Amino acid sequence: MLTKRIIPCLDIKDGRTVKGVNFVSLRDAGDPVELAQRYADEGADELVFLDISASEEKRKTLAKLVRNVAYAIDIPFTVGGGISSVEDVGILLENGADKVSINSAAVRRPELISELAQKFGTQCIVVAIDAKQIENVWVVHLVGGKVPTERKLFEWAAEAVERGAGELLFTSMDHDGTKQGFANKALKQLSETVSVPVIASGGAGNVQHFIDTFALGNADAALAASVFHFKEISIPELKSDLRNNKIPVR
Amino acid sequence: MKVVIIDYGAGNIQSIRFALERLGATAVLSHDADEIRQASHIIFPGVGEASSAMKKLQDTGLDSVIPTLKQPLLGICLGMQLMCHASEEGNTKGLGIFDTEVVRFNTNLNVPHMGWNMVNGTGKLFSDIAQNSHFYLVHSYYAKCCNHTNATCTYDLPFSAALARDNFHGTQFHPEKSGDVGAQLLQNFLNL
Repeated sequence: MLTKRIIPCLDIKDGRTVKGVNFVSLRDAGDPVELAQRYADEGADELVFLDISASEEKRKTLAKLVRNVAYAIDIPFTVGGGISSVEDVGILLENGADKVSINSAAVRRPELISELAQKFGTQCIVVAIDAKQIENVWVVHLVGGKVPTERKLFEWAAEAVERGAGELLFTSMDHDGTKQGFANKALKQLSETVSVPVIASGGAGNVQHFIDTFALGNADAALAASVFHFKEISIPELKSDLRNNKIPVR
Repeated sequence: MKVVIIDYGAGNIQSIRFALERLGATAVLSHDADEIRQASHIIFPGVGEASSAMKKLQDTGLDSVIPTLKQPLLGICLGMQLMCHASEEGNTKGLGIFDTEVVRFNTNLNVPHMGWNMVNGTGKLFSDIAQNSHFYLVHSYYAKCCNHTNATCTYDLPFSAALARDNFHGTQFHPEKSGDVGAQLLQNFLNL
């Protein structure tokens, strides 16, 4: 049976992980490669690297990081953050990224999804969508949820898939950082709207939240950052609890 | 040992190269027929769309080289699919090494089939790998089960997770991305 995936997300700035991590055994908590390896060893199913640096050197630093990660770990990983062209994606994939995640650039110019899917295949194109509810409507936002757009979550999701997104990463801005659980109602509707896998993001606080997003939200994968970084949830224990709750995991 | 990864411009090959290096093997990328013929082991990778990948093979003449190779050869993902008779994707004629055809998933489940799924395999490539081990897959088309199928996986219906015929092997999953069991499978291949 296809298993549900657990995906730790690492925020990267200038080649280093940001936000603290709480792994006492790491020599260097800021080294993304070491952290990635640690998560892979603990049973993470995939990793997401989100580059939030804005420096001019960004591209070069990121390509080098991707190469180092690809050399070190033997599970799939996705790279996102500020990717806006076919060229950007080519560099990341050549250096060993398995997938790329695009967000704002896709909203601004949806043709980009089609171009990437055609050139690299749908399997490596993740479209990330940040949305929050405004008067009961899920509105797509840009720039980490700061800027509202004209797009609505479900119609944008459908268009992204139509254009060639192989997977969707949905972050609820209403839930992100709250540790009150994932946006399961919206996730369920999303999984009924599209035929590609949906990754739930935003709101993970405890193990029950993961159980709920798989059982109620019908998510294919769940992404979280701080609960893993600060060891509030350990991946082996999470997997074991999921298994006990009849959620198929690796 | 000299491992050659066939380089025909089809997708991400760094991961495979790195996975082999982690096992202590060095791999070179090549599209040169003579260099490929001199390899001890050959990896035939591939991601993306079947008809354009096949066209690249034809443009380099490798489509006629691959079926004549005598060394252990491992096709991965699209590489394996191209070794079948034909693929529904882009109505593509394949290399005809494996006696089966590749068709699109026709299911209410998500397509692509993406993630870690259980694989049951037999034969040398699967030695020291437990039944029901999880491997990483990402694909929208699958090779139907046939007499060359030596591993199966189920997604709505059983399909070929691995194929083998003489020196030719293929896996639908990505051993280079499948953690410890994937590394074991690659080691088993290098041991052939």
